[in-house]
Amino acid sequence: MSAPALHELQFVPASEFKRRSATAVDDAHLRQSFRGAMDFLIGKRAAQFPDPAALERQRALAEQIRQYSLARLPDLLEQLERTLTDNGVNVHWAENAEDANRIIIDIAQRHATRLMVKGKSMVSEEVELNHALAAVGIEALESDMGEYIVQLDGEKPSHIIMPAIHKTKQQIARLFADKVPGVAYTESVDELIGIGRAVLREKFMSAEIGLSGVNFAVAETGTLCLVENEGNGRMCTTVPDVHIAITGIEKVVEKLEHVPPLFGLLTRSATGQAITTYFNLITGPRRPGEKDGPREMHLVLVDNGRTQAYRDQQLRSTLQCIRCGACMNHCPVYTRIGGHAYGTTYPGPIGEIVSPHMLGLNATHVLPTASTLCGACGEVCPVKIPIPELLVRLRVEGQHDAHPGRPPLRGQGAAKSALVDAVWAGWAALYTRPALYRAFGWLATRFRALTPSQQAGWTFSRTPMKPAARTLHEMMAARRRR
Amino acid sequence: MSARDNILRRLRAAPQGPLPSPPDVRGVQAALAADRPASTRAERIALFCEKMAFWRGEVVRVTSSDWPQKLRELCIAKGVRSLLYGEQGAHAAMLRTAGIVGLKPYRRPVEEWKAELFGDTDAGFTATRGAIAETGTLIVWPDADEPRLLSLVPPIHFALLDAGRIHDTLSQAIDEQDWRSQMPTNALLISGPSKTADIQVTLAYGAHGPKELVILLLVNEEELP
Ligand code: SF4
Repeated sequence: MSAPALHELQFVPASEFKRRSATAVDDAHLRQSFRGAMDFLIGKRAAQFPDPAALERQRALAEQIRQYSLARLPDLLEQLERTLTDNGVNVHWAENAEDANRIIIDIAQRHATRLMVKGKSMVSEEVELNHALAAVGIEALESDMGEYIVQLDGEKPSHIIMPAIHKTKQQIARLFADKVPGVAYTESVDELIGIGRAVLREKFMSAEIGLSGVNFAVAETGTLCLVENEGNGRMCTTVPDVHIAITGIEKVVEKLEHVPPLFGLLTRSATGQAITTYFNLITGPRRPGEKDGPREMHLVLVDNGRTQAYRDQQLRSTLQCIRCGACMNHCPVYTRIGGHAYGTTYPGPIGEIVSPHMLGLNATHVLPTASTLCGACGEVCPVKIPIPELLVRLRVEGQHDAHPGRPPLRGQGAAKSALVDAVWAGWAALYTRPALYRAFGWLATRFRALTPSQQAGWTFSRTPMKPAARTLHEMMAARRRR
Repeated sequence: MSARDNILRRLRAAPQGPLPSPPDVRGVQAALAADRPASTRAERIALFCEKMAFWRGEVVRVTSSDWPQKLRELCIAKGVRSLLYGEQGAHAAMLRTAGIVGLKPYRRPVEEWKAELFGDTDAGFTATRGAIAETGTLIVWPDADEPRLLSLVPPIHFALLDAGRIHDTLSQAIDEQDWRSQMPTNALLISGPSKTADIQVTLAYGAHGPKELVILLLVNEEELP
């Protein structure tokens, strides 16, 4: 049986971005949640890096590890496939979301799966796996506390590290009382977590399959690394009989020794923790004689637009990302509009530079404009992705045809508008013909009284523009005559 | 053409600049540590204890002769009615001498007793392969005798750590213990009990894994408090 087609509509259309941003900015609770949480995370991160010079060296090393890994990506992927296969892991390749979902559904159906428990995996969100599973009658249950809360309320994560950051504990208390059978309203965070723990422990026991993401995949040993605090990742990868890991093709590094520098920066940048509670390194399914762990293991390697970023030397740096979320924590736009306004799986600066490759510029060209280009994202990025430069580049690609000799990006030039093109063509004609320019200047100054007082977006928050009484040329000429 | 071939073909067709030189992880880390003198055993122990306390791990100093008795006392104090352990482990024989009530071996594959493991096991005991001082982290390598769930499912995890096996950093542990050539099915770094801050960034312990982590730190007589 084949997987259902991907429901693009599940991705809230990016054209709605401005309307959603306006709604978010009007929501005082939401703004408070994000401002408070982001300030908290910014402070915690800063405390982890007291020495700027040391931080710079660590970032330079992390950048080099990522760039080196990407430069060797096809070789490393083949090496990873070999080592994993030797370890007894089945490796699958998916060109797009539909491929990935079909592969996973096939495995699930082979095992007559009713329930799949999921550890945190942004790639599974990216391919809309839960939706695809639901369509064939398989329940997918998120087990990360934040993801569980968001799923219970029929929402999507609003932050890649803290999925339920937009919710207050009162909202979560109400949600649990309404949706979890036999639970009374409580605002105690410990009790709320206890409820989640009890519900999910039952599910870990009964699920046929556990699904997880991957933070780093080590080619030389065939090891998948998972970073987490809660232990649900360990549950998903250990209790069910089958473990499926899903990841983007960019997550591979060559050697085990490349992991600690990236891991150290990931947790410090993400939540300001020197380390997470668990770092889980998995090198294959249950071996003979072992008493637990899955008896079958799969890795799904997903492209979904990553090779488009890869083929361009500048855009390739997008793939250096280790998904720490620091760029969103520090983004003045993200902090004000929150994660849902973007309408994409990955919000904030990283979402603005990666989503165009996954969904095409036609659906996402507005996202790279959601930035003040203040540069905070690039400054905190632990792997030194020049995010502001990439934002400018993607704006250009949205507005223009592909540079000659370069293959177009998906949705290239989607933001082009005939009106804007005509305005620029007129401007160019005026500024390259002195006689025409002088005639325009004379008319504009003499008929200045006719300037409209409503000037589209300009007068929304500014006074109208009005030409001066005389052009600068005329005034200079008059001065010389005196 | 398969998806695999297509993806690899696209990657190989991409223009490549000069290959960046391989990252010199050890060189950079040595440079970063250059202004610090090599740590002593006492410093590593002290740093490990400080960081582990920050993660809410409880560290109890014990000696090679008294640890089973100390563990028994801890079990009584915490009201532990059943303690799961690996019966072939290097410490199993010692453990059995202490007369801990409710001692039960992890003997069968998990499928055969999942409900009991989840519902009726108060604590688990494991050895460790060492620790990391810098971050306050235990290194645990589960195996056939001390399976993976031993350190995850029971609400309390007791871990025995030899103070002589505390490394400065993770990189050093990986190097000095030569992980590359012998990766187990599952290698674990554990820093404190399980936790979450997913509800309004408020920290709560015992999210999905143990609510308590107790480290029995094996020291010499003169290092006892
Ligand atoms: S782009 Fe950089 S800062 Fe943003 S999530 Fe990725 S690694 Fe972190």
